[in-house]
Amino acid sequence: MRDIAIQIAYIVSAGIFIMGIKMLGSATTARRGNRLSAIGMLLAVIITLFDQGIVSAGIQGYAWIAGGIALGALIGGILAKRVQMTGMPEMVALLNGFGGLASLLVAWAEYATLPVLGLLPVSGEMRFTLIVSALTVIVGGITFTGSLVAYLKLSGKMSGRPFLFAGQKAINFVVMLVLVAATVVLALALKDYSATAFYTLIGGAFLLGVLGVIPIGGGDMPVVISLLNSLSGVAASFAGFIIGNTVLIVAGCLVGASGLILTVIMCKAMNRTLGNVLFGGFGAASSGSGGGAEQGEMKAVSTEDAYYILEAARSVVVIPGYGMAVAQAQHVVKELGELLENNGAEIRYAIHPVAGRMPGHMNVLLAEADVPYEQLVEMDNINPIMPTVDVAIVIGANDVVNPAAATDPSSPIYGMPIINAHEAKTVFALKRGKGTGFSGLENKLFFMPNTRMIYGDAKATVADLVSQMKG
Amino acid sequence: METLLLLLFIFTLAAFLGFELISKVPSQLHTPLMSGSNAISGITIVGAMIATAHIGGEAAKWIGFGALVLATINVVGGYVVTDRMLGMFKKKDK
Repeated sequence: MRDIAIQIAYIVSAGIFIMGIKMLGSATTARRGNRLSAIGMLLAVIITLFDQGIVSAGIQGYAWIAGGIALGALIGGILAKRVQMTGMPEMVALLNGFGGLASLLVAWAEYATLPVLGLLPVSGEMRFTLIVSALTVIVGGITFTGSLVAYLKLSGKMSGRPFLFAGQKAINFVVMLVLVAATVVLALALKDYSATAFYTLIGGAFLLGVLGVIPIGGGDMPVVISLLNSLSGVAASFAGFIIGNTVLIVAGCLVGASGLILTVIMCKAMNRTLGNVLFGGFGAASSGSGGGAEQGEMKAVSTEDAYYILEAARSVVVIPGYGMAVAQAQHVVKELGELLENNGAEIRYAIHPVAGRMPGHMNVLLAEADVPYEQLVEMDNINPIMPTVDVAIVIGANDVVNPAAATDPSSPIYGMPIINAHEAKTVFALKRGKGTGFSGLENKLFFMPNTRMIYGDAKATVADLVSQMKG
Repeated sequence: METLLLLLFIFTLAAFLGFELISKVPSQLHTPLMSGSNAISGITIVGAMIATAHIGGEAAKWIGFGALVLATINVVGGYVVTDRMLGMFKKKDK
């Protein structure tokens, strides 16, 4: 009877997750959807406390569980509260990695409690469990180290450039073969080799996660995180098979499938394919490819000159990118926007679907700075009116405004939809230095006759413009 | 064996449901959606609880405990981060 009640509660919990994911997909209901799914999670955790295995472990079992949850909640709460909005992508990567490792450890803990292998005839179901354990370790391990590499790349603790070396694909292939072999050995349940096979699986999965993500450039990290997020769901789902737990299977599988779809949607927004992201070594191409050296030179202006032009402008479009996030310039940018508005200009913020290091990155930052929602314009709506714009201010965006994507078939980013900043009458490009963007490509926009570069920290530059507008 | 087939059945249906659940998501919601589903993947916390309470020996208990701590970080951190992000999207009353 109690088992039936537990199963029914798990079904309710799974239903809540389904509704939660559905609601997360629309702007008006997203926040409620997230809270709803948190309630579903709480329900699943409470129900599990009545699980036969846990009840029979008695008070000691509960003490361990309470300790683990208290410690995890404390660490998770602190991490989530302390992280800056600009650091969100890497935080999601890190948390996701923990989830993958947790699934791996669940498989390991279950494996450690298996009866001594080799003494009993192995049943078909036990073989299945062993195979699923191997798969959980493989997927969970790849998720963990892959997410760690993504975290390091996004937080700048490691170069965002793709890291390629000779024979990379061959090495990956060998590691995969080793993983398959170890899975087979584990499934054979040989007494003397099982432990070795299991540890080989853990090590191999960790290695493959690193090898899989290091060749991918930082600009593609959002897609990678989305894919790893999908994988952590798959790992949880597999772990559910090990312990025969329905809610684990359903919720994990939902995340796996919806995460995969989201990954594909993201790729489409960048006009790329998933295979191209994973195996492209994007940005490793010789920099400045596509016609070699750029024609012309970059023309710099002072903020004073920029101010006079801005002051006379009737319509201004701000195009933010990762540079705005790094400089934490969103608040001064909003201030400048307000001053321009008071000066009689129409101000809009053009958001490229993959500006920054995650989709929606710029929306989050500008929302944080209280920029009115209606001033944010998506790429497809801003491009038709770009030729009528007096001034386009590009703040730390690079690849998403690079005209080469539209005009130069030899460019690695050829075919990616861009914001046509170059069509504005005047373009101000705020940049720290003369370096290239995340993809390592030269940007044709910076050499155009109507473009003026303003070098320096984006925040300082905009603050300077603000004080002149006020003066 | 029958249980197993039933579990596979559930898995397959859940996969199709997951594919159907998300169709047109505006790009500004991609990150919160990713982050929110990341929190859900912390459902592995349930497995970790069961593994922690196991009476199958000291090693398994500690490994389970590690899984529980990590899964809880994933769950709590994931939901809080997502909620903070979505809280930014308030419509401004002008």
